[in-house]
Amino acid sequence: MIPLSYYLILSATLFAIGTAGVFMRRNLITILLSIEIMLNAVNLSFVAFGRAAGDLDGQIITFFVMTVAAAEAAVGLALVIALFRHKESLNPDAFTSLKW
Amino acid sequence: MPETFAFYMFAAIAVGASVLVIGQRNPMYSVLLLIASFGALSGLYIQLDAPFVAVAQIIIYAGAIMVLFLFVVMLLNAPREDAAEWDRTHPLRQPGVTRWGTLLAGLLIVQLAMALGKMSELGAPVAGRSDAATTGSVTELGRSLFTRHTFAFEATSILILVAMIGATVLARREDQ
Repeated sequence: MIPLSYYLILSATLFAIGTAGVFMRRNLITILLSIEIMLNAVNLSFVAFGRAAGDLDGQIITFFVMTVAAAEAAVGLALVIALFRHKESLNPDAFTSLKW
Repeated sequence: MPETFAFYMFAAIAVGASVLVIGQRNPMYSVLLLIASFGALSGLYIQLDAPFVAVAQIIIYAGAIMVLFLFVVMLLNAPREDAAEWDRTHPLRQPGVTRWGTLLAGLLIVQLAMALGKMSELGAPVAGRSDAATTGSVTELGRSLFTRHTFAFEATSILILVAMIGATVLARREDQ
């Protein structure tokens, strides 16, 4: 059987990869994808903890995280489309002015 | 031990695909690789006796959210990241800075692993204390969702509605 700590270390690794992606990439879509990686890492630790504790609350909060992720992706991508229309760029450094 | 082998295989696919996601310059490849990562995570959920979460992971993440991302990547005809000259000469694009970021991410992993090492009873098998019939049951999951967590469930539907209206308003053309 696999110990709980293996799942938690895997979750920590995925979270660190997502964090690195947010800081290293200069593309709004890839940054949003890195945020999805981080949300999934947290989901994995929720399900692993829920399995170890023997109740269903870990799985239920995973559904709520998924719902928030879907809402975040929809609004975030709409913002990306609106930003791209103004500047023709996906680089976050291109959006430095407060008004256009 | 087929179970241990499956865990290492899924973990390797998840980590490898995630590393490749943030290593790509082309967002199209990133989105497709992230689907592979989500598929591997879905396998891990099955190992954790959470079959409904595994199926929801495939349907919601790989099926809905990633299709939304793919749609936007194709709609924008997104340029490659280093297409512009001022982008290539950006100070954050220098290799030293990228290596520094990688080092910081590695330190984050080490720190989290050390914090985990201080906790007791982590070496016990994850499924040691409960039976799979309780945590794997979709019936129990639905009952808990619609009784104990009814308010959160209903609040979620309002969140989805607000997100839908917000996305429609934000992505609308302004001259209409």
